[in-house]
Amino acid sequence: MRLLRILFRLAWRNLWRNHRRTIIMLGAIGVGVWAMIFMTALTRGMVDQMIVDSIGVLPGHVQVHHPDYQDDPSISNRMLISADDISERLDTGAVKAWASRVRVPAIITSERESRGVTLLGVDPEAEREISFFDYDEVDGRFLTDVNDKGIVIGKKLAKTLETEVGKRVVLMSQDPDNEIADRGFRVVGLYTAKTKAVEEAYAYVGRRTAQTMLRIGDATSEVVFLGDDYRNVDPIYDVAVSAVGEGLSIRPWYDIDTYLGAMLGVMDGFVLVWVVVIFLALSFGLVNTLVMAVFERVREIGLMLALGMKPGSILGQIVIESMLLITFGLAIGNALAWATVVPLESGIDVSIVGDGMEMWGMSSMLYPKLYVSDMVLASSVVLLLGFLASLSPAWRASRYEPVEAITKV
Amino acid sequence: MSAVRCVDLCKTYRQGDQDIKALDHVSIEIDKGGFVCLSAPSGGGKTTLLNAIGGLDIPDSGEVYVDGQRIDNLSKGDLADLRLRQIGFVFQAYNLIPVLTAQENVEFVMQVQGVATSERNEKAKEILKEVGLEGLENRRPAEMSGGQQQRVAVARAVASRPALILADEPTANLDSKTSDGLMELFTELNENHSSTFIIASHDQRVMNYAKRLVRMLDGRIVEDIDQRAA
Repeated sequence: MRLLRILFRLAWRNLWRNHRRTIIMLGAIGVGVWAMIFMTALTRGMVDQMIVDSIGVLPGHVQVHHPDYQDDPSISNRMLISADDISERLDTGAVKAWASRVRVPAIITSERESRGVTLLGVDPEAEREISFFDYDEVDGRFLTDVNDKGIVIGKKLAKTLETEVGKRVVLMSQDPDNEIADRGFRVVGLYTAKTKAVEEAYAYVGRRTAQTMLRIGDATSEVVFLGDDYRNVDPIYDVAVSAVGEGLSIRPWYDIDTYLGAMLGVMDGFVLVWVVVIFLALSFGLVNTLVMAVFERVREIGLMLALGMKPGSILGQIVIESMLLITFGLAIGNALAWATVVPLESGIDVSIVGDGMEMWGMSSMLYPKLYVSDMVLASSVVLLLGFLASLSPAWRASRYEPVEAITKV
Repeated sequence: MSAVRCVDLCKTYRQGDQDIKALDHVSIEIDKGGFVCLSAPSGGGKTTLLNAIGGLDIPDSGEVYVDGQRIDNLSKGDLADLRLRQIGFVFQAYNLIPVLTAQENVEFVMQVQGVATSERNEKAKEILKEVGLEGLENRRPAEMSGGQQQRVAVARAVASRPALILADEPTANLDSKTSDGLMELFTELNENHSSTFIIASHDQRVMNYAKRLVRMLDGRIVEDIDQRAA
C-alpha cells in the first residue's frame, strides 16, 4: 500500500512535469473519446429512428397473420377471427394500442393513372395510436369510422395519379374466389409521411367497407399490437398469443423485418469496431508520449532501480501514469460527449441530405441517443487498450540496467 | 565478520575492438565500520569495484560477499532487495528524483521498504537536520544548490541505517568548501552510525579524510594504506 502510494505520487508528478505535452495528450484523448461517443450516439439515434419509423409504417411490435400470408399476402390468406373476438379476449395490460385490419394488394386508378398499392381497411379510432401520421394534419379529413366510404391516400400518390381531395378513384383487388372485387371511392384526405415511398404505398379505407368490397364478412388480414418499447416485445407477444389463440402466425417486428432486426445486432458490433478504430489512432500518440516520457527519465529510472526499487514497481509506475492520463482524458471526453449530445437530442435537421436519408428509410431529422452503456463501453475499451498499449514502454523502462541507465547522457 | 569481502574479481569491458580490464584479479576485505577510499585515475576500476560491491554490476569471475552473504550469484530481484535494505548509495550526479521534495527524496528508500509514514517522516526530518538542511525539507532538487543536493543524497543513503554506504565521486561536482563539508558529514555519520563507508574518488581531499586508502591502477589494487596508523 505504501509502495502504491509512492508509485501514484511519482506517476502523478511526472505526468505534470511537461504540462504542455500532457495537456495536448489529454486533449487528444478527450476529443477521441468524444468522437467515439458522439458518433455512436448519432448512429444509435439513426438506427433507433429507422426502426421506430419502420415499425410505425408496418406498424406494431407484434403482428398476427394467416400462416401463409407472408408468402402470399392476398385475401385468400385471411384470418377468420374478428376484431370483436379479439377485443373480448384481450388483456390490455402491456398493450399500448392494437388494431385489426384488412390488408391486401390492390390497384388504384384515377381518370389518368393507375398504381399498385396496399389497401388498408382500418378502424380509424383503433389506428390513431399506431398511425405514422397525425389525423389532424391530413389534408381534407381522415376516415371517421369503419363504415366510411371515402379513401385517404398519400400526397405523393395523389400527385402521381393526378387526383385530389373530392375526386373519385377506383380500387380493384380480388375476392376469395379470385373474382375481381372493385369499388369507386371519393378521395377525402391526403396524408403526409416521412418518406415519399410510404406516401405512394398505402391507401386507407374503412375496414367494414373493405370487407364488403372484398366479400369476406368479418375476416381480417392482420392484427397488430403496439407496446411501449420496441426492444421489449415479449410481454406483447404473450398478450397476442392469448388474444388470437392457436393456428395463426404471431411474430415480433424483428422476425417480420429481418433487416431491421439484424440492424440492432450489427449496431453493437459497429460501435465496438468504431471505438477500437479511434483508439488505434489515439494509441500512437499515447505510446509516443510514454516512450518520450520514459526516454527523458532514463537516469532517474536507473537511480530508482539502483536504490532498490524492483523492476515491477517501475513498470507499475509507468502504467499508472498512463492510466491517470487516460482516466482524465476519458473524463474530458465523456463530459464533452454529454454536453454536446444532450442538447441535440431534440433533433438535428439534416434535410439538406434528406433524399439520401430517405433511401435508407430514414427521416430528415436525426435524434442522437446517448446511452450510458455506450459511454461505459467506450471508456472500458480505451482503458483496457490503453493499459495494453502502455505495457510496452513500461516494460522497456523496467528492463534498464541500473548502471547503464544512471550513466546515460 | 567483514562488511565486504571480494575474492579474485575480474571484469572486462569491450570498447570498440579493445578489451579493457576494469577489474584484474582484485581481492579486498573491508571491516565493519570502515571508512575506505578507493582511489584511482579515470578508468582505474574504482567505480567498477564499487558497483560490484553494490550489486549493480556482476563480475565476470570471482566472489563478492556483503555482510557474509555472497551476492555475485543473486538474481536481479534479490540484488534489488539487497540494495534496498543493506546498502546506501551516493552517486556523482543526478542523485535525486526531481519530482520529489528533499524530504520525500530522503523518505524514498524507506517508503519502498514499507516503513510507516510517521516513522519515516520523523527519521527524514531528523537526518535532514543532521546534514544541515533543516528548513529546506519542501524544496525540490532544482531549487537547491549542488552541495545541498548531495547532502540530501547522503541523508537518503543513511536514513534507513544501512550497514554499508557506497559513494561514487561524491565531491566531483562540488567546490572545495562544500566538498570538505560533505566529507566531514561522512566522517561524522561513520562515527555516529557505525556504518561502513566505501568512497570511490580521485579527489585528494576525500583521500585525506579516509581511514583507509586503497589505490588502484588498471583494474588492480596497487596500494592499500591504513591512514590511521600514518
